[in-house]
Amino acid sequence: MSGALAVSARLAWRNLWRNHRRTLIMLAAISIGVWAMIFMSALMRGMTDQMVRNGLRTLPGEVQVHAPGYRDDPSVANSMAWPQGALLSALQQPPVQAWSARVRVPAMIASERESRGVTLLGVDPASERALGSAPHADEISEGRFLEGPGDDGIVLGAALARKLDTGLGKRVVIMSQDPQNNVADRGMRVVGLFRARLEGTEELYAYTGRQPLQALLNIGDEISEVAASAGDYRHTARWAPALVSAAGPQLEVKTWRELDPYLGTMLRVQDGFSLIFMVVIFAVLSFGLVNTLAMAVFERVREIGLMQALGMRPGAILRLLLLESLYLLLLSLVAGNLAAWLTIKPLERGIDLSIVAEGMAMMGLGTTLYPALAWSDMLFSTAVVVLLGVLASLLPAWRAARLDPVQAINQV
Amino acid sequence: MSAVVCEAVCRTFHQGDALITGLDHVSLEIQPGEFLCLSGPSGSGKTTLLNAIGALDTPDGGEITVGGQRLGSLSRAELAELRLRRIGFVFQAYNLIPVLTARENVEFVMQVQGLSAARRRAVADEMLAAVGLAGLEERRPAQLSGGQQQRVAVARAVASGPDLVLADEPTANLDSHSSAHLMDLFEQLNGERGVTFVIATHDPGVMGYARRLVRMLDGRVVADEAQTPQRMAHE
Ligand SMILES: Nc1ncnc2c1ncn2[C@@H]1O[C@H](COP(=O)(O)OP(=O)(O)O)[C@@H](O)[C@H]1O
Ligand SMILES: [Mg+2]
Repeated sequence: MSGALAVSARLAWRNLWRNHRRTLIMLAAISIGVWAMIFMSALMRGMTDQMVRNGLRTLPGEVQVHAPGYRDDPSVANSMAWPQGALLSALQQPPVQAWSARVRVPAMIASERESRGVTLLGVDPASERALGSAPHADEISEGRFLEGPGDDGIVLGAALARKLDTGLGKRVVIMSQDPQNNVADRGMRVVGLFRARLEGTEELYAYTGRQPLQALLNIGDEISEVAASAGDYRHTARWAPALVSAAGPQLEVKTWRELDPYLGTMLRVQDGFSLIFMVVIFAVLSFGLVNTLAMAVFERVREIGLMQALGMRPGAILRLLLLESLYLLLLSLVAGNLAAWLTIKPLERGIDLSIVAEGMAMMGLGTTLYPALAWSDMLFSTAVVVLLGVLASLLPAWRAARLDPVQAINQV
Repeated sequence: MSAVVCEAVCRTFHQGDALITGLDHVSLEIQPGEFLCLSGPSGSGKTTLLNAIGALDTPDGGEITVGGQRLGSLSRAELAELRLRRIGFVFQAYNLIPVLTARENVEFVMQVQGLSAARRRAVADEMLAAVGLAGLEERRPAQLSGGQQQRVAVARAVASGPDLVLADEPTANLDSHSSAHLMDLFEQLNGERGVTFVIATHDPGVMGYARRLVRMLDGRVVADEAQTPQRMAHE
């Protein structure tokens, strides 16, 4: 360490504590600001995280495999073969944690009174559960969910059952087209009703066993899509490419960001919003910081002149004041980050927001908010505070460095 | 080589519309090891001349050379470097940095110079003992008397090993006993270390110590004579 810098390190620290009260007030203000930055970001991150997770539950999965034409025309004509070879072994090993091969076709569903268009899913309930896309036990309002891929009962959304004026134990007729455009229809018994957070989901999806649907559509063991999940949607880019090459050119592999661009956009908006929020909070705090430092310079004009007379260069004076400001910022960052960590960690199990739940549900959220503490937010806020803080301190520090030593020394 | 050369140095201050003469064509040559007093009534330009020689203020006419370096040709940073390496200052009051102890104040210039911690400390303690402050090294300026603070300032001015010490009314705030003590100290340092001293004062007792007395009036040198030093009596 150079001589002047070593002197500055000690002097800056002692100067910081010359006016305890002022320093402590500033320290508290910046710490609270830092805490607010991280806490708000954690809340927002928790919200978007939940929105994305909910979105991925109905997508479902983070990566999907289809026959090339399926996404333009999601009909049974664009089915794909049951996964095999490289694709199958890729699906069966890490990082893939769960995958499901499903039939997904548009169908008409009719009771004796009403009929509706739905998306009919022929699924294997065990793999759907592993994927997280099947209704949870507490979402089954009546009856049961499917028992296996051969189950030929049908599970409807509660809202759809109301619209169709049907109910548990009743029979409905489903109607779709086979690959040769022949109408395929059969009756099915309603074995369960499910609830979803969004009524739209209840009206859109109906579940039956994969095998009865394959038989009805006359497609052998072909399926519409494979959905796979590795647990964390943030890391999809790491493993999706391996699946692309395993699937080969005859199949189309898409990540959730491609399948639902809206979800990806939401994440980016969240990051941008956090940053703007941090900058705004700290911009307000900088006024206090500049003011504090300007006061400190004003009170110490004489000794700054003295230090210049003794041979400290203007640059060293500038550094001395920046260092004092940096100490204050770093202390505040430690306090603010610690406070954020201590307050967010216990809340990560969820904050009950049932009072305002109506509005939350509309935004695609549950009634419990899970704040998510992210290292990146702590890092970002630290960067914002240090960068803007030092920038704001430059002006008073520069003024101090430009003081005329003779005038400064004569000032009493 | 002369320690200081002033050639027709002028300094004019602007106060509102009025022009105030600080220095009026001052020419002066000071040899290494001299013990010189600048005397003259208040307002005669003593401080202005010391500030100019000490590279704290820039004259608007003439030329000053310190240790062979022409001040007019140096940048701000180079002037700071010159003050750091070659010049020791003792001002009238408030010489010390309040948050540093006596020892740290004496070490300050040496630390900026980049001396090692052990060397600094040894020199600082030696100098503090030399100015009679052994045992008070850990005190902050607020815990020292005015005379003690001035002696810390002297210790600092000399500890950094300058060729030239500039002292502006160093005894103005001291009682006569402390003044005599401080001047004895200056004389001793001048004799033992060969440091050049230039002391501005209007205290006759202080002037007595000088081997050369330069009188100023209205920014001009009006007398410049050698004299036989005479110490103040300690009562
Ligand atoms: N910064 C300044 N602005 C205006 N006038 C000044 C300034 N500094 C000194 N002067 C004037 O210059 C003259 C010399 O001042 P100074 O050198 O302080 O005298 P001394 O130290 O002998 O008392 C005085 O008339 C003083 O008023
Ligand atoms: Mg003066």
